[in-house]
Amino acid sequence: MEILTYPDQRLKQISESVESIDKDVLNFIHELEQARMAGPGAVGIAAPQVNNFQRIVIVDVSDMRKPVDNHGHLIMINPEIAAWDGMHMGREGCLSVPDFTGNVIRAEKIKLNYMDETGETHEFESSGFEARAIQHELDHLDGLLFLDRLVSRRSDLFKRKNYKK
Amino acid sequence: MKCSVLTLVGADQAGIVAAVTDALYKQGCSLAQASMMRLGANFAIMLRVSHDEAKDLRNILSEICENMSLHLHIDEDVDTDVLRPDPDVQVTVYGADRNGIVAQVTSALAVAGLNIIDLETDLGGTKDKPIYIMTLEGLATKGVESLQNALNALNSDIEVNLDEINTLRG
Ligand SMILES: [Zn+2]
Repeated sequence: MEILTYPDQRLKQISESVESIDKDVLNFIHELEQARMAGPGAVGIAAPQVNNFQRIVIVDVSDMRKPVDNHGHLIMINPEIAAWDGMHMGREGCLSVPDFTGNVIRAEKIKLNYMDETGETHEFESSGFEARAIQHELDHLDGLLFLDRLVSRRSDLFKRKNYKK
Repeated sequence: MKCSVLTLVGADQAGIVAAVTDALYKQGCSLAQASMMRLGANFAIMLRVSHDEAKDLRNILSEICENMSLHLHIDEDVDTDVLRPDPDVQVTVYGADRNGIVAQVTSALAVAGLNIIDLETDLGGTKDKPIYIMTLEGLATKGVESLQNALNALNSDIEVNLDEINTLRG
């Protein structure tokens, strides 16, 4: 599956909610996971990155070199962040923006709900690196790249910005 | 194509960046990387430019350098994109200003295996009680613990913070 890379304008498109989890959706999730695994060190991927504009993301930070808190392998359909708390700057890169990384401020802790691939709804809290990954992927569903949220390294020290929804 | 690194320094004045980059652009030179900042009353520009072998960068910029009294220095670089290490640690240091903070911190970190990619320092506070602030990013070639140990051994009059940069890819 081909990964769209910026400046492909399709990455700026807003994705549509999934109405029903049918066979096509399940097949697609399988392909999306293949694409994530093929990306070097990718902890997450969002459907629009492979030219599919449904609100589906996969996040898995359970296999980091230095372990972080996590909820395992997450397949999230129609995910929604219900609450944000705190903020933290971290370095991000993206399969859709090769050969560049930059600093981005994200909420430290989030509360979110989503549907898994069996249609069951979940609500949980995530923090730290996993929360960052989830926010990065959810941004893709709204046509946002980490490039839209870049801050300079100095700003963490001297002028913390308000997190923009 | 060829790659050059240009350094231009001169008294800060309106339009330096525009004049320099416009002249290069009009001659078909393309900017790969740039870092520019005001240093006191001066303005310093560092550019990595890729350009046609036949272009004489000094000639292209000579008029601007003369009009704006800029010093120009040119180094040749290798035309490659593989020399782009991602930093894995970030260090911030601050304290009451005194001589030798940068030298002391960077020497300790160098011995402990830090390869600096980016460093900035500045003075804040008031004139009679200045504070010194330094931020740097680099590669921990001997591991993060080695750096932390080196920082722990430093004078206690400065605050030092080491953070691992755990780059997210998604
Ligand atoms: Zn991404």
